[in-house]
Amino acid sequence: MDVTIAELLLQDGLTTGAIYLLLAIGLLLVFLVTRVIFIPQGDFVAYGALTLASMLAGHVPATLWLLDVCAVASALLQWRSWRGVSWALGPALLITLATLVAVRLGAWVWLQGALAVGITALLAPMVYRLAFRPLRHASLLTLLVVAMAVHFVMVGLGLVLFGPETQRTPAFSNASFTWGEVDISGHSLWVAGCCVVLVAALWWMFHATMLGRALRASASNPMGARLMGIEGDRMAAIAFAMAGGIAALAGLLIAPITPIAYDSGFLIGLKGFIAAVIGGLASYPVAAVAALVVGVVEAFASFWNSAYAAAIVFALLIPALLWLSVRTRSIEEP
Amino acid sequence: MTALLEVTGLRAGYGRAEVLHGIELMVAEGEIATLIGPNGAGKTTTLQAIMRLIPSQGNVRFQGVDVGGLSTEELVARGLALVPETRALFTDMRVEENLLLGFYRSFRQGARDQDARLAQVFAIFPRLQERRRQLAGTLSGGERQMLALGRALMGRPALLMLDEPSLGLAPLIVRDIFAVLDRLRKGGLSILLVEQNARAALALADHGMVLEMGAVVATGASAALSADPRVLETYLGQRHG
Repeated sequence: MDVTIAELLLQDGLTTGAIYLLLAIGLLLVFLVTRVIFIPQGDFVAYGALTLASMLAGHVPATLWLLDVCAVASALLQWRSWRGVSWALGPALLITLATLVAVRLGAWVWLQGALAVGITALLAPMVYRLAFRPLRHASLLTLLVVAMAVHFVMVGLGLVLFGPETQRTPAFSNASFTWGEVDISGHSLWVAGCCVVLVAALWWMFHATMLGRALRASASNPMGARLMGIEGDRMAAIAFAMAGGIAALAGLLIAPITPIAYDSGFLIGLKGFIAAVIGGLASYPVAAVAALVVGVVEAFASFWNSAYAAAIVFALLIPALLWLSVRTRSIEEP
Repeated sequence: MTALLEVTGLRAGYGRAEVLHGIELMVAEGEIATLIGPNGAGKTTTLQAIMRLIPSQGNVRFQGVDVGGLSTEELVARGLALVPETRALFTDMRVEENLLLGFYRSFRQGARDQDARLAQVFAIFPRLQERRRQLAGTLSGGERQMLALGRALMGRPALLMLDEPSLGLAPLIVRDIFAVLDRLRKGGLSILLVEQNARAALALADHGMVLEMGAVVATGASAALSADPRVLETYLGQRHG
Protein backbone atom coordinates (compact mmCIF):
# COMPACT_ATOMS: atom_id res chain seq x y z
CA MET A 1 0.00 0.00 0.00
CA ASP A 2 1.41 3.38 -0.91
CA VAL A 3 0.91 6.68 0.79
CA THR A 4 -1.78 7.85 -1.62
CA ILE A 5 -3.96 4.86 -0.90
CA ALA A 6 -3.37 5.27 2.81
CA GLU A 7 -4.39 8.90 2.60
CA LEU A 8 -7.51 7.98 0.67
CA LEU A 9 -8.43 5.32 3.19
CA LEU A 10 -7.79 7.75 6.01
CA GLN A 11 -10.12 10.26 4.37
CA ASP A 12 -12.83 7.62 3.93
CA GLY A 13 -12.33 6.37 7.45
CA LEU A 14 -12.52 9.80 9.03
CA THR A 15 -15.64 10.60 7.01
CA THR A 16 -17.54 7.52 8.15
CA GLY A 17 -15.95 7.91 11.58
CA ALA A 18 -17.44 11.39 11.85
CA ILE A 19 -20.85 9.89 11.10
CA TYR A 20 -20.34 7.21 13.77
CA LEU A 21 -19.32 10.00 16.11
CA LEU A 22 -22.71 11.65 15.68
CA LEU A 23 -24.43 8.34 16.37
CA ALA A 24 -22.31 7.70 19.45
CA ILE A 25 -23.32 11.11 20.83
CA GLY A 26 -27.01 10.40 20.26
CA LEU A 27 -26.71 6.99 21.88
CA LEU A 28 -24.91 8.36 24.93
CA LEU A 29 -27.41 11.17 25.31
CA VAL A 30 -30.38 8.80 25.30
CA PHE A 31 -28.67 6.30 27.57
CA LEU A 32 -27.55 8.84 30.15
CA VAL A 33 -30.94 10.54 30.37
CA THR A 34 -33.24 7.51 30.09
CA ARG A 35 -31.06 4.38 30.64
CA VAL A 36 -32.34 3.08 27.29
CA ILE A 37 -29.71 1.59 25.00
CA PHE A 38 -31.03 3.09 21.80
CA ILE A 39 -30.56 0.14 19.46
CA PRO A 40 -33.17 1.43 16.98
CA GLN A 41 -30.99 4.49 16.37
CA GLY A 42 -29.58 2.81 13.27
CA ASP A 43 -33.12 2.44 11.95
CA PHE A 44 -33.59 6.18 12.35
CA VAL A 45 -30.48 6.58 10.14
CA ALA A 46 -32.19 4.49 7.45
CA TYR A 47 -35.57 6.22 7.94
CA GLY A 48 -33.96 9.64 7.55
CA ALA A 49 -32.17 8.72 4.33
CA LEU A 50 -35.13 6.84 2.85
CA THR A 51 -37.54 9.63 3.74
CA LEU A 52 -35.42 12.11 1.80
CA ALA A 53 -34.98 9.67 -1.10
CA SER A 54 -38.72 9.21 -1.30
CA MET A 55 -39.37 12.97 -1.21
CA LEU A 56 -36.78 13.59 -3.93
CA ALA A 57 -38.58 11.01 -6.07
CA GLY A 58 -41.65 13.22 -5.76
CA HIS A 59 -43.58 11.05 -3.29
CA VAL A 60 -45.06 11.99 0.04
CA PRO A 61 -42.80 9.96 2.36
CA ALA A 62 -44.58 7.09 4.11
CA THR A 63 -42.74 8.04 7.31
CA LEU A 64 -45.09 11.01 7.51
CA TRP A 65 -48.13 8.77 7.90
CA LEU A 66 -46.28 6.64 10.44
CA LEU A 67 -45.50 9.81 12.38
CA ASP A 68 -49.14 10.88 12.29
CA VAL A 69 -50.39 7.47 13.48
CA CYS A 70 -47.86 7.51 16.34
CA ALA A 71 -48.83 11.10 17.20
CA VAL A 72 -52.51 10.17 17.44
CA ALA A 73 -51.63 7.11 19.55
CA SER A 74 -49.52 9.14 21.97
CA ALA A 75 -52.20 11.85 22.12
CA LEU A 76 -54.74 9.18 23.08
CA LEU A 77 -52.39 7.92 25.79
CA GLN A 78 -52.32 11.37 27.42
CA TRP A 79 -55.85 12.50 26.62
CA ARG A 80 -56.26 13.72 30.17
CA SER A 81 -53.77 16.55 29.71
CA TRP A 82 -54.48 19.22 27.11
CA ARG A 83 -50.80 20.13 27.01
CA GLY A 84 -49.82 16.52 26.42
CA VAL A 85 -52.27 16.19 23.54
CA SER A 86 -51.21 19.42 21.90
CA TRP A 87 -47.52 18.54 22.26
CA ALA A 88 -48.17 15.16 20.64
CA LEU A 89 -50.34 16.44 17.77
CA GLY A 90 -49.15 20.01 17.12
CA PRO A 91 -45.64 19.48 15.75
CA ALA A 92 -46.71 16.38 13.79
CA LEU A 93 -49.53 18.33 12.16
CA LEU A 94 -47.25 21.24 11.27
CA ILE A 95 -44.57 19.11 9.69
CA THR A 96 -47.20 17.09 7.81
CA LEU A 97 -48.54 20.24 6.20
CA ALA A 98 -45.06 21.58 5.48
CA THR A 99 -44.00 18.31 3.88
CA LEU A 100 -47.12 18.03 1.73
CA VAL A 101 -46.51 21.55 0.40
CA ALA A 102 -42.77 20.97 -0.10
CA VAL A 103 -43.31 17.73 -2.02
CA ARG A 104 -45.99 19.24 -4.22
CA LEU A 105 -43.85 22.27 -5.06
CA GLY A 106 -40.70 20.17 -5.40
CA ALA A 107 -38.91 22.53 -3.05
CA TRP A 108 -35.11 22.92 -2.68
CA VAL A 109 -33.22 19.79 -1.78
CA TRP A 110 -31.89 21.25 1.46
CA LEU A 111 -35.40 22.14 2.59
CA GLN A 112 -36.57 18.62 1.86
CA GLY A 113 -33.53 17.31 3.74
CA ALA A 114 -34.43 19.46 6.73
CA LEU A 115 -38.00 18.15 6.62
CA ALA A 116 -36.74 14.55 6.47
CA VAL A 117 -34.62 15.20 9.55
CA GLY A 118 -37.59 16.89 11.24
CA ILE A 119 -39.99 14.02 10.54
CA THR A 120 -37.53 11.45 11.84
CA ALA A 121 -36.64 13.56 14.88
CA LEU A 122 -40.33 13.87 15.81
CA LEU A 123 -40.85 10.15 15.41
CA ALA A 124 -38.26 9.38 18.11
CA PRO A 125 -40.09 10.90 21.12
CA MET A 126 -43.25 9.11 19.96
CA VAL A 127 -41.33 5.84 20.10
CA TYR A 128 -40.26 6.81 23.63
CA ARG A 129 -43.83 7.64 24.61
CA LEU A 130 -45.29 4.40 23.22
CA ALA A 131 -42.55 1.86 23.96
CA PHE A 132 -40.31 3.08 26.78
CA ARG A 133 -42.24 5.50 28.96
CA PRO A 134 -44.63 2.85 30.34
CA LEU A 135 -41.51 0.93 31.42
CA ARG A 136 -39.49 3.82 32.83
CA HIS A 137 -38.98 2.08 36.17
CA ALA A 138 -37.97 -1.22 34.55
CA SER A 139 -34.48 -2.69 34.76
CA LEU A 140 -31.75 -1.92 32.22
CA LEU A 141 -32.15 -5.43 30.83
CA THR A 142 -35.90 -5.04 30.23
CA LEU A 143 -35.30 -1.72 28.50
CA LEU A 144 -32.62 -3.36 26.34
CA VAL A 145 -35.00 -6.16 25.31
CA VAL A 146 -37.69 -3.61 24.44
CA ALA A 147 -35.13 -1.60 22.46
CA MET A 148 -34.34 -4.77 20.47
CA ALA A 149 -38.06 -5.31 19.88
CA VAL A 150 -38.52 -1.71 18.71
CA HIS A 151 -35.61 -2.22 16.32
CA PHE A 152 -37.25 -5.30 14.75
CA VAL A 153 -40.59 -3.52 14.48
CA MET A 154 -38.92 -0.56 12.80
CA VAL A 155 -37.07 -2.79 10.32
CA GLY A 156 -40.33 -4.56 9.46
CA LEU A 157 -42.20 -1.28 9.10
CA GLY A 158 -39.30 0.05 7.02
CA LEU A 159 -39.80 -2.76 4.51
CA VAL A 160 -43.52 -1.98 4.29
CA LEU A 161 -43.03 1.79 4.09
CA PHE A 162 -40.04 2.03 1.75
CA GLY A 163 -39.88 -1.31 -0.06
CA PRO A 164 -36.78 -3.50 -0.41
CA GLU A 165 -34.77 -1.31 -2.84
CA THR A 166 -31.59 0.45 -1.78
CA GLN A 167 -31.55 4.22 -2.25
CA ARG A 168 -28.84 6.79 -2.68
CA THR A 169 -29.35 10.47 -1.94
CA PRO A 170 -27.38 13.26 -3.66
CA ALA A 171 -24.07 14.33 -2.16
CA PHE A 172 -24.12 17.66 -0.34
CA SER A 173 -21.50 18.86 -2.79
CA ASN A 174 -19.94 17.36 -5.92
CA ALA A 175 -16.91 19.60 -5.76
CA SER A 176 -13.52 18.05 -5.30
CA PHE A 177 -10.27 19.54 -4.06
CA THR A 178 -6.73 18.37 -4.50
CA TRP A 179 -4.44 18.41 -1.54
CA GLY A 180 -1.00 17.09 -2.30
CA GLU A 181 -1.71 13.96 -4.28
CA VAL A 182 -5.07 13.25 -2.70
CA ASP A 183 -8.45 14.27 -3.96
CA ILE A 184 -10.70 15.42 -1.16
CA SER A 185 -14.37 15.23 -1.99
CA GLY A 186 -16.63 18.15 -1.17
CA HIS A 187 -19.01 15.74 0.52
CA SER A 188 -16.31 14.59 2.95
CA LEU A 189 -15.75 18.21 3.89
CA TRP A 190 -19.47 18.63 4.42
CA VAL A 191 -19.54 15.60 6.70
CA ALA A 192 -16.62 16.96 8.71
CA GLY A 193 -18.20 20.43 8.81
CA CYS A 194 -21.61 19.14 9.94
CA CYS A 195 -19.92 17.07 12.59
CA VAL A 196 -17.85 19.95 13.96
CA VAL A 197 -20.79 22.38 13.92
CA LEU A 198 -23.12 19.88 15.59
CA VAL A 199 -20.61 18.96 18.29
CA ALA A 200 -19.94 22.65 18.97
CA ALA A 201 -23.67 23.40 19.09
CA LEU A 202 -24.30 20.51 21.46
CA TRP A 203 -21.40 21.56 23.69
CA TRP A 204 -22.77 25.08 23.83
CA MET A 205 -26.27 23.82 24.57
CA PHE A 206 -25.13 21.47 27.35
CA HIS A 207 -23.04 24.12 29.06
CA ALA A 208 -24.70 27.46 28.39
CA THR A 209 -28.44 26.86 28.26
CA MET A 210 -30.89 25.91 30.99
CA LEU A 211 -32.28 23.07 28.89
CA GLY A 212 -28.81 21.61 28.31
CA ARG A 213 -27.95 21.83 31.99
CA ALA A 214 -31.27 20.20 32.85
CA LEU A 215 -30.48 17.33 30.47
CA ARG A 216 -27.09 16.85 32.12
CA ALA A 217 -28.70 17.07 35.55
CA SER A 218 -31.22 14.33 34.71
CA ALA A 219 -28.31 12.16 33.64
CA SER A 220 -26.19 13.04 36.65
CA ASN A 221 -28.74 12.55 39.43
CA PRO A 222 -32.34 11.74 38.44
CA MET A 223 -33.70 12.27 41.94
CA GLY A 224 -31.90 15.57 42.34
CA ALA A 225 -33.27 16.63 38.96
CA ARG A 226 -36.85 15.85 39.99
CA LEU A 227 -36.35 17.88 43.16
CA MET A 228 -35.36 20.84 40.99
CA GLY A 229 -38.67 20.44 39.18
CA ILE A 230 -37.02 19.05 36.03
CA GLU A 231 -39.63 16.84 34.36
CA GLY A 232 -38.00 13.50 33.59
CA ASP A 233 -40.50 12.78 30.83
CA ARG A 234 -39.81 16.03 29.04
CA MET A 235 -36.06 15.48 29.26
CA ALA A 236 -36.44 11.92 27.94
CA ALA A 237 -38.60 13.07 25.04
CA ILE A 238 -36.09 15.81 24.19
CA ALA A 239 -33.15 13.39 24.39
CA PHE A 240 -34.96 11.00 22.04
CA ALA A 241 -35.87 13.80 19.63
CA MET A 242 -32.25 15.00 19.56
CA ALA A 243 -30.94 11.45 19.01
CA GLY A 244 -33.55 10.83 16.29
CA GLY A 245 -32.63 14.07 14.53
CA ILE A 246 -28.90 13.36 14.81
CA ALA A 247 -29.48 9.86 13.41
CA ALA A 248 -31.51 11.23 10.48
CA LEU A 249 -28.76 13.76 9.73
CA ALA A 250 -26.24 10.91 9.84
CA GLY A 251 -28.49 9.12 7.36
CA LEU A 252 -28.40 12.06 4.94
CA LEU A 253 -24.61 12.24 5.32
CA ILE A 254 -24.01 8.54 4.75
CA ALA A 255 -26.57 7.81 2.01
CA PRO A 256 -24.50 9.54 -0.73
CA ILE A 257 -21.52 7.32 0.26
CA THR A 258 -23.25 3.99 0.90
CA PRO A 259 -26.65 3.15 -0.57
CA ILE A 260 -29.21 2.63 2.17
CA ALA A 261 -32.03 0.06 2.37
CA TYR A 262 -34.69 -0.39 5.04
CA ASP A 263 -32.42 -2.75 7.00
CA SER A 264 -29.01 -1.07 6.55
CA GLY A 265 -29.32 1.04 9.66
CA PHE A 266 -28.56 -1.60 12.23
CA LEU A 267 -24.91 -2.20 11.28
CA ILE A 268 -24.26 1.53 11.02
CA GLY A 269 -25.85 2.12 14.41
CA LEU A 270 -23.85 -0.74 15.88
CA LYS A 271 -20.59 1.00 15.02
CA GLY A 272 -21.75 4.12 16.83
CA PHE A 273 -22.67 1.84 19.70
CA ILE A 274 -19.16 0.33 19.78
CA ALA A 275 -17.72 3.82 20.08
CA ALA A 276 -20.14 4.63 22.89
CA VAL A 277 -19.22 1.41 24.72
CA ILE A 278 -15.51 2.17 24.39
CA GLY A 279 -16.39 5.43 26.11
CA GLY A 280 -17.84 3.35 28.95
CA LEU A 281 -21.36 4.56 28.00
CA ALA A 282 -20.41 7.62 30.01
CA SER A 283 -17.79 9.75 28.29
CA TYR A 284 -18.59 11.88 25.26
CA PRO A 285 -14.96 12.75 24.41
CA VAL A 286 -13.70 9.14 24.61
CA ALA A 287 -16.67 7.95 22.53
CA ALA A 288 -15.94 10.67 19.93
CA VAL A 289 -12.30 9.64 19.53
CA ALA A 290 -13.33 5.96 19.51
CA ALA A 291 -15.84 6.64 16.72
CA LEU A 292 -13.11 8.14 14.51
CA VAL A 293 -10.86 5.15 15.27
CA VAL A 294 -13.70 2.76 14.39
CA GLY A 295 -14.18 4.56 11.06
CA VAL A 296 -10.47 4.48 10.18
CA VAL A 297 -10.01 0.85 11.25
CA GLU A 298 -13.04 -0.10 9.18
CA ALA A 299 -11.66 1.66 6.09
CA PHE A 300 -8.26 -0.04 6.34
CA ALA A 301 -9.79 -3.41 7.22
CA SER A 302 -12.06 -3.25 4.18
CA PHE A 303 -9.04 -2.55 2.00
CA TRP A 304 -7.02 -5.46 3.33
CA ASN A 305 -9.78 -7.99 3.53
CA SER A 306 -13.33 -6.81 3.09
CA ALA A 307 -14.78 -10.15 4.21
CA TYR A 308 -13.35 -9.63 7.69
CA ALA A 309 -13.89 -5.87 7.92
CA ALA A 310 -16.91 -6.07 10.23
CA ALA A 311 -15.27 -8.71 12.40
CA ILE A 312 -12.12 -6.61 12.78
CA VAL A 313 -14.16 -3.53 13.71
CA PHE A 314 -16.23 -5.40 16.29
CA ALA A 315 -13.06 -7.00 17.68
CA LEU A 316 -12.06 -3.50 18.82
CA LEU A 317 -14.56 -4.04 21.59
CA ILE A 318 -12.57 -6.84 23.20
CA PRO A 319 -9.52 -4.83 24.34
CA ALA A 320 -11.80 -1.90 25.21
CA LEU A 321 -14.02 -4.05 27.42
CA LEU A 322 -10.98 -5.68 29.02
CA TRP A 323 -9.54 -2.26 29.84
CA LEU A 324 -12.88 -1.05 31.20
CA SER A 325 -13.31 -4.17 33.31
CA VAL A 326 -9.87 -3.70 34.85
CA ARG A 327 -10.52 -0.03 35.54
CA THR A 328 -14.05 -0.31 36.89
CA ARG A 329 -14.48 -1.97 40.22
CA SER A 330 -18.15 -2.88 40.09
CA ILE A 331 -21.02 -2.38 37.75
CA GLU A 332 -24.14 -1.11 39.39
CA GLU A 333 -27.45 -0.09 37.96
CA PRO A 334 -27.94 3.64 38.33
CA MET B 1 -50.75 31.50 62.63
CA THR B 2 -51.94 30.10 59.33
CA ALA B 3 -50.98 26.62 58.30
CA LEU B 4 -48.66 26.50 55.30
CA LEU B 5 -48.41 22.73 55.11
CA GLU B 6 -51.01 20.44 56.61
CA VAL B 7 -50.71 16.69 56.40
CA THR B 8 -53.42 14.33 57.62
CA GLY B 9 -53.67 10.55 57.50
CA LEU B 10 -50.51 10.16 55.42
CA ARG B 11 -49.76 6.50 54.69
CA ALA B 12 -46.82 5.23 52.69
CA GLY B 13 -44.37 2.39 52.55
CA TYR B 14 -42.01 0.39 50.43
CA GLY B 15 -43.63 -2.47 48.56
CA ARG B 16 -46.07 -4.17 50.91
CA ALA B 17 -44.47 -2.94 54.11
CA GLU B 18 -46.31 0.11 55.40
CA VAL B 19 -43.94 2.50 57.15
CA LEU B 20 -46.20 5.49 57.81
CA HIS B 21 -49.49 4.71 59.52
CA GLY B 22 -51.43 7.93 59.15
CA ILE B 23 -49.07 10.83 59.85
CA GLU B 24 -50.54 14.14 61.06
CA LEU B 25 -48.31 17.16 60.87
CA MET B 26 -48.45 20.89 60.37
CA VAL B 27 -46.03 23.68 59.51
CA ALA B 28 -47.16 27.25 60.09
CA GLU B 29 -46.16 30.20 57.93
CA GLY B 30 -42.81 31.72 58.88
CA GLU B 31 -41.82 29.13 61.47
CA ILE B 32 -39.30 26.37 61.76
CA ALA B 33 -41.05 23.13 62.58
CA THR B 34 -39.02 20.08 63.39
CA LEU B 35 -39.80 16.41 63.05
CA ILE B 36 -37.68 14.36 65.42
CA GLY B 37 -37.55 10.68 66.17
CA PRO B 38 -35.26 7.69 66.34
CA ASN B 39 -33.69 5.87 63.41
CA GLY B 40 -36.29 4.01 61.38
CA ALA B 41 -39.25 5.99 62.74
CA GLY B 42 -40.13 7.07 59.21
CA LYS B 43 -38.82 10.65 59.12
CA THR B 44 -37.23 10.40 55.70
CA THR B 45 -40.19 8.42 54.38
CA THR B 46 -42.52 11.19 55.55
CA LEU B 47 -40.62 13.79 53.53
CA GLN B 48 -40.47 11.51 50.50
CA ALA B 49 -44.19 10.84 50.73
CA ILE B 50 -45.03 14.56 51.01
CA MET B 51 -42.78 15.24 48.02
CA ARG B 52 -44.38 12.33 46.09
CA LEU B 53 -41.05 10.63 45.57
CA ILE B 54 -42.80 7.47 46.74
CA PRO B 55 -46.49 6.58 46.31
CA SER B 56 -48.62 7.58 49.28
CA GLN B 57 -52.19 8.02 50.41
CA GLY B 58 -53.62 10.72 52.63
CA ASN B 59 -54.33 14.38 52.54
CA VAL B 60 -51.62 16.98 51.89
CA ARG B 61 -52.65 20.62 51.80
CA PHE B 62 -50.12 23.28 50.86
CA GLN B 63 -51.02 26.97 51.06
CA GLY B 64 -54.61 25.92 51.65
CA VAL B 65 -54.84 23.86 48.45
CA ASP B 66 -55.09 20.07 48.22
CA VAL B 67 -51.88 19.00 46.44
CA GLY B 68 -52.31 15.26 46.89
CA GLY B 69 -52.59 14.48 43.18
CA LEU B 70 -49.56 16.48 42.03
CA SER B 71 -46.20 15.13 40.89
CA THR B 72 -42.86 16.01 42.48
CA GLU B 73 -42.14 18.46 39.68
CA GLU B 74 -45.50 20.20 40.15
CA LEU B 75 -44.95 20.44 43.90
CA VAL B 76 -41.60 22.11 43.25
CA ALA B 77 -43.39 24.54 40.94
CA ARG B 78 -45.80 25.35 43.81
CA GLY B 79 -42.91 26.30 46.07
CA LEU B 80 -42.07 23.13 48.00
CA ALA B 81 -38.38 22.28 48.18
CA LEU B 82 -36.67 19.25 49.69
CA VAL B 83 -32.99 18.92 50.49
CA PRO B 84 -32.68 15.16 50.89
CA GLU B 85 -30.36 13.36 53.24
CA THR B 86 -28.14 12.32 50.33
CA ARG B 87 -28.07 16.00 49.16
CA ALA B 88 -28.66 14.67 45.60
CA LEU B 89 -26.08 17.04 44.11
CA PHE B 90 -25.02 16.93 40.48
CA THR B 91 -21.50 15.89 41.41
CA ASP B 92 -20.07 15.99 37.88
CA MET B 93 -21.22 19.57 37.37
CA ARG B 94 -19.78 22.82 38.66
CA VAL B 95 -20.99 24.48 41.85
CA GLU B 96 -22.44 27.38 39.90
CA GLU B 97 -24.26 25.03 37.53
CA ASN B 98 -25.78 23.18 40.48
CA LEU B 99 -27.05 26.49 41.82
CA LEU B 100 -28.43 27.53 38.44
CA LEU B 101 -30.33 24.25 38.24
CA GLY B 102 -32.06 25.25 41.47
CA PHE B 103 -33.39 28.12 39.37
CA TYR B 104 -34.76 25.75 36.69
CA ARG B 105 -38.38 25.82 37.83
CA SER B 106 -38.45 29.59 38.23
CA PHE B 107 -36.80 29.93 34.81
CA ARG B 108 -39.55 27.82 33.27
CA GLN B 109 -42.07 30.07 34.97
CA GLY B 110 -40.52 33.10 33.30
CA ALA B 111 -38.12 34.43 35.94
CA ARG B 112 -34.79 35.77 34.65
CA ASP B 113 -33.24 37.12 37.85
CA GLN B 114 -30.75 34.28 38.26
CA ASP B 115 -27.82 36.64 38.80
CA ALA B 116 -29.52 38.43 41.69
CA ARG B 117 -30.44 35.12 43.26
CA LEU B 118 -26.90 33.79 42.82
CA ALA B 119 -25.59 36.90 44.54
CA GLN B 120 -27.98 36.32 47.45
CA VAL B 121 -26.88 32.71 47.86
CA PHE B 122 -23.23 33.73 47.67
CA ALA B 123 -23.92 36.34 50.34
CA ILE B 124 -25.24 33.59 52.62
CA PHE B 125 -22.51 31.11 51.73
CA PRO B 126 -19.37 33.01 50.64
CA ARG B 127 -17.56 29.66 50.50
CA LEU B 128 -19.68 28.65 47.51
CA GLN B 129 -18.58 31.74 45.63
CA GLU B 130 -14.93 30.80 46.16
CA ARG B 131 -15.70 27.32 44.86
CA ARG B 132 -18.08 28.29 42.07
CA ARG B 133 -15.96 26.83 39.26
CA GLN B 134 -15.22 23.61 41.12
CA LEU B 135 -17.06 20.34 40.48
CA ALA B 136 -19.64 19.66 43.17
CA GLY B 137 -18.15 16.20 43.68
CA THR B 138 -14.89 17.72 44.93
CA LEU B 139 -16.52 19.63 47.80
CA SER B 140 -16.22 18.71 51.47
CA GLY B 141 -19.23 17.46 53.44
CA GLY B 142 -20.06 20.85 54.88
CA GLU B 143 -19.70 22.60 51.53
CA ARG B 144 -21.96 19.99 49.95
CA GLN B 145 -24.65 20.75 52.51
CA MET B 146 -24.24 24.48 51.82
CA LEU B 147 -24.55 23.81 48.10
CA ALA B 148 -27.65 21.66 48.58
CA LEU B 149 -29.22 24.40 50.71
CA GLY B 150 -28.15 27.16 48.32
CA ARG B 151 -29.49 25.24 45.35
CA ALA B 152 -32.87 24.88 47.06
CA LEU B 153 -32.90 28.60 47.91
CA MET B 154 -32.30 29.53 44.26
CA GLY B 155 -35.89 28.42 43.62
CA ARG B 156 -37.23 30.86 46.28
CA PRO B 157 -39.37 28.14 47.90
CA ALA B 158 -42.29 28.87 50.19
CA LEU B 159 -41.43 25.87 52.32
CA LEU B 160 -37.97 24.39 52.67
CA MET B 161 -37.82 20.81 53.90
CA LEU B 162 -34.46 19.57 55.15
CA ASP B 163 -33.64 15.95 55.83
CA GLU B 164 -30.89 15.54 58.43
CA PRO B 165 -28.82 18.57 57.45
CA SER B 166 -26.41 17.81 60.31
CA LEU B 167 -25.70 14.27 59.19
CA GLY B 168 -21.99 13.53 59.04
CA LEU B 169 -20.93 17.13 59.66
CA ALA B 170 -18.58 18.53 62.30
CA PRO B 171 -20.38 20.29 65.20
CA LEU B 172 -18.96 23.66 64.20
CA ILE B 173 -20.39 23.38 60.69
CA VAL B 174 -23.73 22.21 62.06
CA ARG B 175 -23.81 25.33 64.20
CA ASP B 176 -23.16 27.49 61.13
CA ILE B 177 -25.88 25.76 59.11
CA PHE B 178 -28.39 26.11 61.93
CA ALA B 179 -27.48 29.80 62.23
CA VAL B 180 -28.25 30.17 58.53
CA LEU B 181 -31.62 28.48 59.04
CA ASP B 182 -32.35 30.93 61.84
CA ARG B 183 -31.52 33.86 59.55
CA LEU B 184 -33.70 32.44 56.80
CA ARG B 185 -36.62 32.18 59.22
CA LYS B 186 -36.13 35.83 60.18
CA GLY B 187 -36.30 36.54 56.45
CA GLY B 188 -39.75 34.94 56.42
CA LEU B 189 -38.96 31.45 55.09
CA SER B 190 -40.88 28.49 56.53
CA ILE B 191 -38.82 25.40 57.24
CA LEU B 192 -39.59 21.79 58.07
CA LEU B 193 -36.49 20.34 59.66
CA VAL B 194 -36.11 16.60 60.08
CA GLU B 195 -33.37 15.79 62.57
CA GLN B 196 -31.94 13.01 64.62
CA ASN B 197 -30.08 15.56 66.65
CA ALA B 198 -33.20 16.35 68.67
CA ARG B 199 -31.60 18.71 71.14
CA ALA B 200 -30.22 21.05 68.49
CA ALA B 201 -33.39 20.84 66.43
CA LEU B 202 -35.69 21.69 69.34
CA ALA B 203 -33.42 24.53 70.39
CA LEU B 204 -33.82 26.09 66.95
CA ALA B 205 -37.42 25.26 66.07
CA ASP B 206 -40.64 27.00 67.05
CA HIS B 207 -42.63 23.84 67.12
CA GLY B 208 -41.86 20.18 67.14
CA MET B 209 -43.36 16.79 66.36
CA VAL B 210 -42.12 13.45 67.63
CA LEU B 211 -42.33 10.53 65.26
CA GLU B 212 -42.25 6.95 66.48
CA MET B 213 -42.91 3.76 64.52
CA GLY B 214 -44.54 5.66 61.67
CA ALA B 215 -46.90 7.82 63.72
CA VAL B 216 -46.65 11.24 65.36
CA VAL B 217 -46.81 10.55 69.09
CA ALA B 218 -46.26 14.04 70.50
CA THR B 219 -46.53 17.54 69.18
CA GLY B 220 -46.25 21.01 70.65
CA ALA B 221 -44.12 24.10 71.08
CA SER B 222 -40.43 23.15 71.12
CA ALA B 223 -39.89 24.56 74.57
CA ALA B 224 -42.72 22.40 75.93
CA LEU B 225 -41.47 19.34 74.08
CA SER B 226 -37.94 19.87 75.41
CA ALA B 227 -39.39 19.78 78.89
CA ASP B 228 -41.61 16.76 78.25
CA PRO B 229 -40.27 13.91 80.44
CA ARG B 230 -40.82 11.27 77.75
CA VAL B 231 -39.02 13.26 75.10
CA LEU B 232 -36.28 14.05 77.59
CA GLU B 233 -35.67 10.43 78.33
CA THR B 234 -35.97 9.01 74.85
CA TYR B 235 -34.32 11.66 72.73
CA LEU B 236 -32.37 13.95 74.92
CA GLY B 237 -30.83 11.16 77.02
CA GLN B 238 -31.83 12.63 80.36
CA ARG B 239 -33.59 10.80 83.17
CA HIS B 240 -36.48 12.61 84.70
CA GLY B 241 -37.58 12.53 88.32
